[in-house]
Amino acid sequence: MEALNGPVGVLALQGDFREHIEVLGRLGVRARAVRVPRDLEGVSGLVVPGGESTTMSLLLDSSGLLGPLAELVTAGTPVLGTCAGMVLLASEVLDGKPGQHRLGALDIAVRRNAFGRQRDSFEADIAVSGLDVPVHAVFIRAPVVERAGPEVEVLAEVAMADGVKRPVVCRQGPALVTSFHPELVGETRLHEAFLSSIRSQTRKENVRAL
Amino acid sequence: MSTIDQDSAVTGGTGGNAPTGGAPAAGRRTGTGLVKRGLATQLRGGVVMDVVTPEQAVVAEDAGAAAVMALERVPADIRRDGGVARMSDPALIEAIKAAVSIPVMAKARIGHFAEARVLESLGVDYIDESEVLTPADDDHHIDKWPFTVPFVCGANNLGEALRRISEGAALIRSKGEAGTGDVKEAVRHLRQILGDIRKVTQADQAERYGWAKQLQAPIDLVNEVAETSELPVPLFCAGGIATPSDAALVMHLGAQAVFVGSGIFKSSDPPRFARAIVEATTHYADYSIVAKVSRGLGEAMRGEESGAVATRLSERGW
Repeated sequence: MEALNGPVGVLALQGDFREHIEVLGRLGVRARAVRVPRDLEGVSGLVVPGGESTTMSLLLDSSGLLGPLAELVTAGTPVLGTCAGMVLLASEVLDGKPGQHRLGALDIAVRRNAFGRQRDSFEADIAVSGLDVPVHAVFIRAPVVERAGPEVEVLAEVAMADGVKRPVVCRQGPALVTSFHPELVGETRLHEAFLSSIRSQTRKENVRAL
Repeated sequence: MSTIDQDSAVTGGTGGNAPTGGAPAAGRRTGTGLVKRGLATQLRGGVVMDVVTPEQAVVAEDAGAAAVMALERVPADIRRDGGVARMSDPALIEAIKAAVSIPVMAKARIGHFAEARVLESLGVDYIDESEVLTPADDDHHIDKWPFTVPFVCGANNLGEALRRISEGAALIRSKGEAGTGDVKEAVRHLRQILGDIRKVTQADQAERYGWAKQLQAPIDLVNEVAETSELPVPLFCAGGIATPSDAALVMHLGAQAVFVGSGIFKSSDPPRFARAIVEATTHYADYSIVAKVSRGLGEAMRGEESGAVATRLSERGW
């Protein structure tokens, strides 16, 4: 396997970061839990896990990570966000708390808890563009994308209670986000897609370094 | 929504592969074990705070709580007031639900499946079948499998944890001694659960049957613990956590998240205590951060020594 230029950071302020670290481990990739700015040194990509986006947003402030993460995103570092991670990586949160941070890695507007409360959380097989076999998706108080900008590729959608389909997997350049939790079911293909954008980035960097 | 169609067109029409219209629920399964445990997994590394008013719920959310527990009285007041402690008024739970966007939990009495069904109908996100309320059934806990909403239950030891899981609990919290502000029982229960897990992991197959008998727990669950070195569901800690250092202590011992009951709103400065306990739970292994958030924090809840209380809530349930 092609080596990465550094470990993959997994934001570990709150949520299911452990499962992401396990998936990356299964793919043979070194992961590093990120809680303070020095943990970001040399990371080749970053995973923003599921959890509570309001909690993570506050902890981004207190830990001093907000600025460095925003720089990372601006620099085009590959990022993967699941559920709350999608919310934090979006450019707009429709029903966020005032002052909730957005990293703006993708030009999308998301709605939190879009399916309803926990009793409406569900699992289902979802077709994802580019994958032959559907993904077994677990939606936990999941967000959806209400608006996706022209640069955004929509890779999967699901129908909502109003019968209208909305995006649940989106990609824009080096940023990939899902409403659901591939990390909870041993699904590795979305992480592999994220890793391949790190590898193409790595190749560019290595060429530049020559 | 035309934007979606446009985007789909740009990317080669993936929308056609997605599940199509009709009944939105087609092919979707709610209330499965995975979905129930899934929410607990998302709460890891977080703090679940007891709140008794919508205003407190907002304070908790603003301080970074991962979820709130909606109830009429915190455990310290339940102790002080005595009498029968029951499920909270639905109006209060609804007001708290309306005030915050984070998950809302509520307590039902042990064995009181009717209270649990009422809470489920209100749309609470987790039900705590809790020893803090007066038990409704001395012999039986709620059969939690038929519910769509997930349950959290307390446990003092591994056997109790596995019995609750066998009844359908999707999250276990070590009980501690609620309402005391004394972390000693929380430490004892966590150590009992995690210490026995470490021992079971060392057992050979024949000894696992012995463990199942000793723990009075199903052999399948004992096998699962032996093979994975952890409970089949997340393990959080409750009962007596009153300071940021308390939270760091139990996280270090192996709790995956903490419940703080009386410890926040019985302190001298609830918003600061809430915030400090949230930060200490995340950064529990970085003591310079725990020190920073503890500095000048004010008075923690006064509390009482867990050995001195008249009613041992942790002895309720079996």
